[in-house]
Amino acid sequence: MSELALWGMFLAVGVGTFLMRLSFVELYGRWRMPELLNRALRYVPASVLAALALPAVVYPNGHGEFVLGNPQIPAAILAALIAWKTRNTVLTLAAGMGALWLFKLAGL
Amino acid sequence: MQYRSAREAFLHGVRTLMPLTPGVIPFGLVTGVMAIEMGMSPGTAMGMTLLFYSGSAQMVALQLLHNGVLPVAIVVTALIINLRFVMYSASLAPHLHHLPRRWTWPLSYLLSDQSFALFSLRFSAQGQDRFTHYFYAGTASAMWLAWQLSVLAGVLLGASIPESWSLSFAIPLSFLALLIPNLRSAATLGAATVGGLIAVLAIDLPYNLGLVLASAGGVLAGLLIESLRRSPLNAMGPDDIERETR
Repeated sequence: MSELALWGMFLAVGVGTFLMRLSFVELYGRWRMPELLNRALRYVPASVLAALALPAVVYPNGHGEFVLGNPQIPAAILAALIAWKTRNTVLTLAAGMGALWLFKLAGL
Repeated sequence: MQYRSAREAFLHGVRTLMPLTPGVIPFGLVTGVMAIEMGMSPGTAMGMTLLFYSGSAQMVALQLLHNGVLPVAIVVTALIINLRFVMYSASLAPHLHHLPRRWTWPLSYLLSDQSFALFSLRFSAQGQDRFTHYFYAGTASAMWLAWQLSVLAGVLLGASIPESWSLSFAIPLSFLALLIPNLRSAATLGAATVGGLIAVLAIDLPYNLGLVLASAGGVLAGLLIESLRRSPLNAMGPDDIERETR
């Protein structure tokens, strides 16, 4: 991507995010969020994060090509277990990376 | 405890945020290292961090850049991730809307998951006094500084980390670290499962449409499970969001 397109992308995300953060603080009293939208927004983080994480684990090359013996899958399962048990970011990252390196060393 | 001065409220906000920084620093480091590994200059990487000020959207954008996705699709995806800020904004509005714009605009830019959660906790425990927004400003600016400095540290480290460390795997790992501890209800679990599965199956759709489709499918699944499990006795009230973030 060209430098210009890159900065254009940054600016578009930056301005869009600022407008979402400001939205109701600015519009207070003039517009009320519909109840259904309010409920739907609560499920956005979980579904988006899962939709990002799973393909990145299953397809290490970034496109839909299944790799046999992909060490990322067992490493991610281990990290997920640690995240569930400890809710600790640092431990989850360390366990996942450690497991990946170990599986790669073992030639899996 | 009611605050006696603006300064006291602000500093209390800063102190309240401190215990959350160990969870923020690794994300910032990974984000900075990834940006450099993608071939960005330190200036570009920090410009991106200042403009986004949103860790998950930034990591997603880096992941999609890595996959060679079109800029328009990256913008749409990052904004979908940040839709949650609309919900936070709606919860903060009653407490901030009376302030002049020289307050509300910077405070809105500084809105983050962490400062929103701390503000809701404080507000529900203590009620509002005339210095509450200084408390929010304290948490929000401390969070901003912690994030910018940890990304900067990652940017400075970046070049010295060899390819063989497979550090790009840290991105999906950090999504898991954000996601898994929050799967505490059947509806959220359903949203994540459906979203993840659709994304894996629809990976080859053009323009990154698989992700948009997966997010929509996950949200629908969450809403469906929620309405199936809801009994007429505990119908949703308007302050459910605040209750969930406590």
